[in-house]
Amino acid sequence: MLARLPTASLSLPASGAANGGRRPVVAERDTMAGNADEREKARRFRDAALPHLDDAFTLARYLLRNTTDAEDAVQECYLRALHHFDSYRGPAMKPWLLTILRNVCNAEFARRGKHEPPSAVADTEEALQSPLWQEPQASPESALLRQQDGDTIRRLIAALPVAFREVIVLREINDLSYQEIAQIAGVPVGTVMSRLARARAMLRSAWNAAEGSTP
Amino acid sequence: MNCAECEVLLHALIDGELDAGHASEVEAHAADCAACAQKLAAFRAMRESLNAANLKEAAPARLRGRIEAALPAPTQVIAAGKFARPSRRSFFGGFAAGTAISAAVAASLVLTVWRTDRERTIADEVVSAHIRSLQPGHLMDVETSDQHTVKPWFDGKVDVAPPVIDLTAEGFTLLGGRLDYIDGEPVASVVYRRRKHIINLFVAQRLGSAHDFVSARTIQGYNVRHWSAQGLDFWAVSDLDSVELGEFVGKISAALRPNGPS
Repeated sequence: MLARLPTASLSLPASGAANGGRRPVVAERDTMAGNADEREKARRFRDAALPHLDDAFTLARYLLRNTTDAEDAVQECYLRALHHFDSYRGPAMKPWLLTILRNVCNAEFARRGKHEPPSAVADTEEALQSPLWQEPQASPESALLRQQDGDTIRRLIAALPVAFREVIVLREINDLSYQEIAQIAGVPVGTVMSRLARARAMLRSAWNAAEGSTP
Repeated sequence: MNCAECEVLLHALIDGELDAGHASEVEAHAADCAACAQKLAAFRAMRESLNAANLKEAAPARLRGRIEAALPAPTQVIAAGKFARPSRRSFFGGFAAGTAISAAVAASLVLTVWRTDRERTIADEVVSAHIRSLQPGHLMDVETSDQHTVKPWFDGKVDVAPPVIDLTAEGFTLLGGRLDYIDGEPVASVVYRRRKHIINLFVAQRLGSAHDFVSARTIQGYNVRHWSAQGLDFWAVSDLDSVELGEFVGKISAALRPNGPS
């Protein structure tokens, strides 16, 4: 289970400071009109955020590699997003939600301690530059790409180190632009490009090494 | 370009993130370098396989249910249903029936009336604004059938960029635009004409409760349609008959859809 953090202690991407002067949500419920505003806000939030539930769940599944934790993280993400919905200034809801989700997942990584790297953000670039894997030299089998079924592909992606797994999922499954990925991961676009290049090279060598359905 | 640069940039090429200049540099390099060409082909194939594998996972229904339950309950219509006329249900048709009825019953009754009254007030104001606009010299602030003139005219006058859609070919002539005030807020009005009938299309960020569907009513003989799209509220008012106004709303809505004609 994920620790439920008080929303006041959230560090939110980009919009964090904008919430500083906002009244607590509880106070807004005091009056009838405030209550109506809350309901109206919740309704607008539903329309804007719920269409991205599958994307959020997919990212959480791949990052946390555990369905129960992923569900908790997505729920926490949506609650936080609702609280900060007033400061949401668009235009794209999906990257905004996924940024929050990533923060929630990082908190979960911190809780898990040493089992996973604390977070992709905390990974220094030095660590990322260290030879985690050997670039496949031009070996005969790496020239072609084997056919792999969906389950094998999922397993291969899940086996990538978290910073690379994240960039692959955001790009290939969540279908986000480099700019959006950079915002979510809190790194420059250039870093997104180099990470993605490494992530794909790692995935490709694992892909070709895996037992495929057809050679 | 050397191989090391190409190895990073070829991904941006595959992802459609390179400008034309860099794209042609990568392609030129790959044309001369067999190793890079092979990588480009292999990563392209991998990308296609990833897309074909349909890796997005469906969120479990129980997760959706948990999130729905955790959100503040939508306005309830059950308590008000006994008192309200059936037609009033249309105001609330967009709200999913929530689960947390219990504690909210008393509150929802008041809320419902409040919401209804507000929606009603705005509908009345929209019709008043329409009638005002028909007075000589009041219809247009910017008079042109060019949508590219009307749209920028609203810049800085209202806090939204109202979609200005030219439906002249469809029998609704774009006449121009006007700044109006409804519920104390500046509102954009895009003015159309069908034969002799004027249509005011009011656009604002929030103007009444949001409707994903089109709500229709008649006030003082004018037909009124209200709906929401793209985070904006739209009110169409005209003395045009209900069917033709419906046709107008349909065409505007179709043009507003992301894949629709623009």
